[in-house]
Amino acid sequence: MRAQARTTISAPIEAVWATVSDPERMLSFMSGVTRWEVESDEPTGLGARYRMLMRVGSAEIGGLIEIVEWEPPHELAWTSITGIDQRGRWRLRPAPGGRTGAEIRLAYGVAGSGLAGWMAERIAAPVVTSHLRSSCHQLARLIDHEQTRERAAARRATQAG
Amino acid sequence: MAVADRARSNGHTAQERHQAETEHGSQGSLLRRALREVASQAQRRIPRADLDERDPDFIRERLPLMWLMASLWYRGEVRGLGNVPDSGPVLLVGNHSGGNMTPDTVVFTLAFNTYFGVERAFYQLAHNLVLSMPGLGSLRKFGTVAASPQNARTALEAGAALLVYPGGDYEVHRSSWEGNRVDFDQRKGFIRLALQQNVPIVPVVSIGGQETALFLTRGERLARLFALDRLFRLKVLPISLALPWGVNVGDMLGHIPLPAKITVETLPPIHLRDEFGPEPDLDEVYDHILRLMQDTLDALAAERRLPVIG
Repeated sequence: MRAQARTTISAPIEAVWATVSDPERMLSFMSGVTRWEVESDEPTGLGARYRMLMRVGSAEIGGLIEIVEWEPPHELAWTSITGIDQRGRWRLRPAPGGRTGAEIRLAYGVAGSGLAGWMAERIAAPVVTSHLRSSCHQLARLIDHEQTRERAAARRATQAG
Repeated sequence: MAVADRARSNGHTAQERHQAETEHGSQGSLLRRALREVASQAQRRIPRADLDERDPDFIRERLPLMWLMASLWYRGEVRGLGNVPDSGPVLLVGNHSGGNMTPDTVVFTLAFNTYFGVERAFYQLAHNLVLSMPGLGSLRKFGTVAASPQNARTALEAGAALLVYPGGDYEVHRSSWEGNRVDFDQRKGFIRLALQQNVPIVPVVSIGGQETALFLTRGERLARLFALDRLFRLKVLPISLALPWGVNVGDMLGHIPLPAKITVETLPPIHLRDEFGPEPDLDEVYDHILRLMQDTLDALAAERRLPVIG
């Protein structure tokens, strides 16, 4: 099953990339995500591994994931090593007016789980989609807020100068 | 196999049996003989514990089904799994509810397996009768092993997480109005086990199971009357009102549980020797753990607005 959400953020693509690629900041905007721990020597980049969990229904679901695409500042994709099967992606594109279009996709399932798996994927879909939507909103708000603070800091610096 | 066939295969002739019956005479003894036969049958069916029977792929493929049951039927909620140490042997000690259908086990087993991954060895001790029940053989693939001190030691020595319900059949069939009480019947074997293996105890407190049917009585006197305690290690012959049976005696065939909301809270680990000294007193530890679990259960009960609905 695939779930996705997108948003447009009033910030340059580099600022958005800096946030979505930083494992330390995942918990501050990813909705429903209860864990996002670095499990590799390198915290970011191709081959970086994280242990992640997302609360869906009565369980926290996820597992060990690995970054399989790392093209700053456009594409970030991961795939599951253990836990449920999943493939996720952040897709960033510049939008008119110095803004950035951000899209998150998550394909998930449990291979070999038959009819119950088919049902579970579909019943979980609205929850997962709503988590992704809130994540997009929270990401936009977080970056907006940071941009405002940066601009304010810059103004203060010029006034003080 | 019928009782008579069984007797014959054990080398008794029909005449001998007839003699024995006339000697004992009463119907009671006939019933006892029949029960004894069933008991020996059940004994034979108890699988020898083999930790290798746990099958991670099998568990993984069943997770969606368990997730559907836990999420839709029980609206399960498991909190505090982060309290369980990330690796190494640990003894999870739970209060047990819900008759023989044990919804708390379904909800917790799912949550544990998704949280830590099916790769982490996780075993559950279950009553002998559960494992010898026809049709429940697949439980062994989930890591369920017959409750015995030996099996418990083997699992912990292998570095696994082990879930035990000290209250067992006694607690699981308590009446519905005692639903929010932790009752281990003074069983302290789990503390001895934790001390012997030097593993931390993580209490797992659950609520809601006793609302999946109307449990009336444990029927301890009935169990003694039929000598179930000696024959099957069963201290109880519970009576409840449950779907689809109406009056449900024994709960041997299970029942359709009401969709009660199940909430489970996992507490921080207790390292017995750190907290109670090098030679902890069993009674003191028992009282401490019971009080801790009861306090948690009281808090969970206070959160609940309505029975079943949660």
